[in-house]
Amino acid sequence: MCLGIPGEIVEIMADREDFAMVSVAGVKRAVNIGLLTEDDEQLKAGDWILIHVGFALAKIDEREAEEAIRMLEGMGQAYTDELIALAQSDLAGER
Amino acid sequence: MRFVDEFRDAEKARMLSTRIAALCEPGRRYKFMEVCGGHTHTIYKHGLEDYLPETVSLVHGPGCPVCVIPMGRLDDAIAIAEQPDVIMTTFGDMMRVPGGRGSFYDANAAGADIRMVYSPLDSLKIARTNPDKRVVFMAIGFETTAPSTAMTVLRAAAEGLENFSVFCNHVTIIPAIKAILDSPDLRLDGFIGPGHVSTVIGCRPYEFISREHRKPLVCAGFEPLDILQSVYMLMTQLAQGRAEVENQYARVVPYNGNPKALKVIGETMRLRPHFEWRGLGFIAQSALQINDRYERFDAEKIFDVPGVRVADPKACQCGEVLKGVLKPWECKVFGTACTPETPIGTCMVSSEGACAAYYNFGRFTRERVQEATRA
Repeated sequence: MCLGIPGEIVEIMADREDFAMVSVAGVKRAVNIGLLTEDDEQLKAGDWILIHVGFALAKIDEREAEEAIRMLEGMGQAYTDELIALAQSDLAGER
Repeated sequence: MRFVDEFRDAEKARMLSTRIAALCEPGRRYKFMEVCGGHTHTIYKHGLEDYLPETVSLVHGPGCPVCVIPMGRLDDAIAIAEQPDVIMTTFGDMMRVPGGRGSFYDANAAGADIRMVYSPLDSLKIARTNPDKRVVFMAIGFETTAPSTAMTVLRAAAEGLENFSVFCNHVTIIPAIKAILDSPDLRLDGFIGPGHVSTVIGCRPYEFISREHRKPLVCAGFEPLDILQSVYMLMTQLAQGRAEVENQYARVVPYNGNPKALKVIGETMRLRPHFEWRGLGFIAQSALQINDRYERFDAEKIFDVPGVRVADPKACQCGEVLKGVLKPWECKVFGTACTPETPIGTCMVSSEGACAAYYNFGRFTRERVQEATRA
């Protein structure tokens, strides 16, 4: 559960406050970006973020994202489990 | 050689290994604690101790959120789950942790409804779609995870959800490090500081370690080279007679942390007067609870929580492992009575637990360091 997983922002969701559609290991999921929105810098499509339990914790650069993914892939089952759990959750949800 | 095949940066690792060895003073032994369970995982997975001179050892700290939850809190969670119309939700890692009356899986078999979720937001969704149920999120984790719980509470408040609450078990890393520094059992030369926790709290809270205890700390990333680099930075500080907080993971960790994350924690939670940690006992102001303003989302206010203390099984030495006093394999039941399939203690459950990490990956020998540094 303590994993931080890199994802690439595909689009900021206009209809869901604090959410962005993010591509994680090729799967698109809604991720909460509310913890980053006080940055002077606005998040945009193409930015990479570090995701922990459905929330973006930090903005990272692409090279860091690549290295982190490489390491996570080497972790095997723990990373697979995390990806499955992420894929099965629907964080933006209905309101 | 499996290690080198898997570890593409072996060349750089060897270089760091040589540099670390060159900094060792003859006759001196060095002991560094990696506070974070994620680091423990990397260290065992990649056999990093084999890249260190024999006089440099890494000991594992209390930074595995699943591992530090005392058995009594699990029993409390089960007691909540057994109340009418309750759906208890928690992270997958918690499901197999044995409590005094069995695990969450056991409780489910006996009729409770305890579900694993990926995110506290999943719990919120379960609450929305089950208005006739009382949905509780058992929150665990350090400052890495607390902001997510805080954001979820704020969202529940904004939505006016009345059937959602949090059984809050968030802990804070600094008091645990203080407890270890004050413990007479262990003499440390420095710390490999946690990565993701520091993303939230930044590096400043560690400054007391250098100021008051004259020991260095380096916040480290999670890749094998990050950890070796951090050990090199610690050794350099010691060789130069410095004790400072340094940030090896600056590409992710801002020195001042994530202000928004700290703000939402402050908005929704407050420090508990004391909290019990597995192995470390009660530590003052070491955990968070939902504050008065949001008490309608505090499961401990809504439900009758027994609050019983349960002693760890006699055979289990998780406490000593969490304090870094024992190595996993020195525990009497390691790998025999206690395995990832049938864990007795928490350290064998989570993939970040030192025992599980060592059990899964710890098939390395000291001979490797000679092989590695020979080249």
